[in-house]
Amino acid sequence: MATQTPANPITETTLRLRRRGRMLQFLHEWITTVDHKKIGIMYILYALVFLLIAGLEAILMRIQLAVPNNTFVSPQVFNRLFTMHGTTMVFFVGMPILFGFGNYLVPLMIGARDMAFPRLNAFSFWISAFGGLLLYFSYFGGSGLYGAGSAPDVGWWAYAPLTARVFSPGHSTDYWTLSIFLSGIGSIGTALNLVATTLCMRCPGMKLSRMPLLVWLYLVTGVLVFLAVSPLTAAQIMLCIDRYLGGHFFDTQAGGSAVLWMHFFWIFGHPEVYVLVLPAFAFANEIVPVFSRKAIFGYPAMVSATVGIGFISLTVWAHHMFTVGLGAGANAFFTFSTMLIAIFTGIKIFNWVATLWGGNIHFTTAMKFTIAFLFQFPAAGLTGIMLSVSPFDWQLSHSYFVVAHFHYVLVGAILFMIFAAFYFWYPKMTGRMLNDTLGSWHFWLFVIGFHLTFDFMHIPGMLGMPRRIYTYEADRGWAIWNMIVSSGAVFQAVAVLLFAWNLVRSYFKGDPAGPDPWDAWTLEWSTSSPPPSYNFAVIPTVESRRPLWDLKHPEDPDSQYE
Amino acid sequence: MSLGIIRPLADHLFPFAQGSRCIAPCGNMPSRLHLALSLAFGQSSTSIFAPEATPAHYIFGLSMFVLAICASIFIVVAGLLLYALIRFRHRRGFTVREPAQIYGSAQVELSWTVIPILIVVVLFLATARVIFVTQAAPRPEKSLDVVVIGHQFWWEYRYPKLGIITANELHIPVSNPNDPMPTYLTMSSADTDHSFWVPRLAGKMDVIPNKVNTMWIDPEKVGLYVGQCAQYCGVEHAKMLIRVYADSPSDFEKWAGEQARPALQDPSAAEGKAVFERNACANCHTVSGTPARGMFGPDLSHMASRATIASGSVPLTEANLRAWIDNPEQFKPGVLMPAMHLSPHDLDAVSRYLMTLR
Repeated sequence: MATQTPANPITETTLRLRRRGRMLQFLHEWITTVDHKKIGIMYILYALVFLLIAGLEAILMRIQLAVPNNTFVSPQVFNRLFTMHGTTMVFFVGMPILFGFGNYLVPLMIGARDMAFPRLNAFSFWISAFGGLLLYFSYFGGSGLYGAGSAPDVGWWAYAPLTARVFSPGHSTDYWTLSIFLSGIGSIGTALNLVATTLCMRCPGMKLSRMPLLVWLYLVTGVLVFLAVSPLTAAQIMLCIDRYLGGHFFDTQAGGSAVLWMHFFWIFGHPEVYVLVLPAFAFANEIVPVFSRKAIFGYPAMVSATVGIGFISLTVWAHHMFTVGLGAGANAFFTFSTMLIAIFTGIKIFNWVATLWGGNIHFTTAMKFTIAFLFQFPAAGLTGIMLSVSPFDWQLSHSYFVVAHFHYVLVGAILFMIFAAFYFWYPKMTGRMLNDTLGSWHFWLFVIGFHLTFDFMHIPGMLGMPRRIYTYEADRGWAIWNMIVSSGAVFQAVAVLLFAWNLVRSYFKGDPAGPDPWDAWTLEWSTSSPPPSYNFAVIPTVESRRPLWDLKHPEDPDSQYE
Repeated sequence: MSLGIIRPLADHLFPFAQGSRCIAPCGNMPSRLHLALSLAFGQSSTSIFAPEATPAHYIFGLSMFVLAICASIFIVVAGLLLYALIRFRHRRGFTVREPAQIYGSAQVELSWTVIPILIVVVLFLATARVIFVTQAAPRPEKSLDVVVIGHQFWWEYRYPKLGIITANELHIPVSNPNDPMPTYLTMSSADTDHSFWVPRLAGKMDVIPNKVNTMWIDPEKVGLYVGQCAQYCGVEHAKMLIRVYADSPSDFEKWAGEQARPALQDPSAAEGKAVFERNACANCHTVSGTPARGMFGPDLSHMASRATIASGSVPLTEANLRAWIDNPEQFKPGVLMPAMHLSPHDLDAVSRYLMTLR
């Protein structure tokens, strides 16, 4: 600026300042926002960034494991990769993205103008977000004064006593502990907010028995988060006390208990599975009826099954500990409680099939992902039954079979439903449709990649391959399966990149969506796309579970059947 | 246990887990599935579908039963789903505005609640049976006791009644079904969590500090059974391999006799012995009958009788041993043994000495 005089300095400078002003205003608006929709979108975007990072970590691991005795990465790097991949995917992808959709959808679906505690909502988001950044800052600051930085390498369970200072010197484990602690506080805040919003903010006429199933499932999720994440957060404090204040909760060298940490971790860890999967069910509960053009079959059964899963999921944690040596009685108890879950999830699956039955099924991209979920989730559940059979688990636990099983749940069920949710609600959030051609490519590539990777991953587990090994012997018969598994990762990576491109491209060039592109029935489709900051000009009054059906079919409203 | 009532019932329903021993490899039910699985998975030395000891046989029988049930459920559900998707797909020119709205049916809900409950009860009874026959099996009169201690990243085996301490290669006698001689492993860890897993012999059991776990194995056939640590225990978790040699009773007795003796003192290797004792080797390793009494690393009193070094991941040859002592990181990056940086002459001498410790 100083050396060159522009032709028209006043206009140039003014424009520049205006642009800068707009930019600042934009940033200010998003950083200080307490609007549930903006916070929801920030949760989702933040989770997508971490999805790409943790996905890259998975790809590096699959390159390393593609052939036996590979030296693509060192064991130290590999151990950091699987620790960061697991931690990131659970705490900084799964939970935030599901909270994001919950934040966005729950107030809209119950006819409210915001969450019950908008400021707590913003606080929860930012503290979780900083938790994630702190975890990744460990790559630079991990070892602190001891030397070059490094990420935590204790596995995402961080089993004691590997986290004790004698086995984990430096600060990488502290980064893990503190980031989980921070994100835990954020999760608890959001959980309380979801529960309070659902209980207190419903519009006139929306009795509990008229709430959309999505809201019911988020209510149960909220309660579970509160009950499950609290012990984990407490355990982080105990671990810090062990590491820095001379405590011996988990310090086996001084008489502490390694098994105590396992209990703390899994009393969180198992309900956590349902924290992640209930929102996926929630999306299916909304998408299946709309594209079958039928009301959900067995609403009361669906609600009871969800509440049942919520209760039972708090009693099953030690099925992660069948090999710990808890004794025959405990193993039998946890086998039984785990199998009970199957009854409730079975009810859900049969109800979805019954909703499809007699319908008029439209194979939109969102529906394609949902249908894949409907096949993959029962498969994941059935391998779960195998693992609940504790003697079978003595063989399968800690093996690649378990890794395949929970990825079948997390990817085959949850991620597929997250993709479905994007195709379904992106028009509401942005006012534009996602591109269907790209969506089809995304779907088919991802289905192929998913099945190549996770179907074949069960096999090396049954052939004795433990998880968390950076390489393996060539003579065990695992190599061919690992090669197939790794090749599937390529398809998944391409599919995810196409999806990301679709999100960006459609934001600018997508077809306008209008308020109700799917001819759907819940309240969020009654307002404009994207909704105004106040959501509804007039707070709606509802008389049934499908208020928009009643409006569209005054001759045959739902309200007369309830 | 309150399960006393259901045990006879389960015995009746699930003969594959009956008594103390499986007669056929997997009981009588799913033999065709067994055949298919052994063809597909039999090639692997660590397949859970090629059991060679009673606990693994129990699990195998049960797993076939569970697999059969789960596969049938999947076929039914996926079949219904597929039928619904094809039959009720949207067709172009389909003019009816919306299909009939059906909100639910109590009878139907009841049926798909009760049937799964019955399946769960059956599965649970079958499982409880195998849990108890494995974990609460009465101990026969004759048995061998071995103490297993997990270390970062190797295994220590102690035979308290035989006065043997060895590492990484576990020798046990085969067990004759008519005169069982199982081996009972009493396990704990010196540092982090580990897990002892030899898939063809039994399910895994975690090896946890401050906790004592037990398991038993009784291979019938002479041979080598491999496995590895199954619980992430630190940097070199991947190379914490397990080798279990099931010996004939006479071979086992011979092996035990040799191991119980103090280490051989070969005068030709006196120089290497001096190198060993002069350097830090002796701080971590024991060679019985010598001043070397370190407890941190594997006992080397009879190390040359083993087939491998580096916890089963490197074949024992003098060249490998020499390279290992020079810098173990080239085989196991992250191993706790430091590079010894001995002179070439000392390296030769000490590896020659160690090769005499038969």
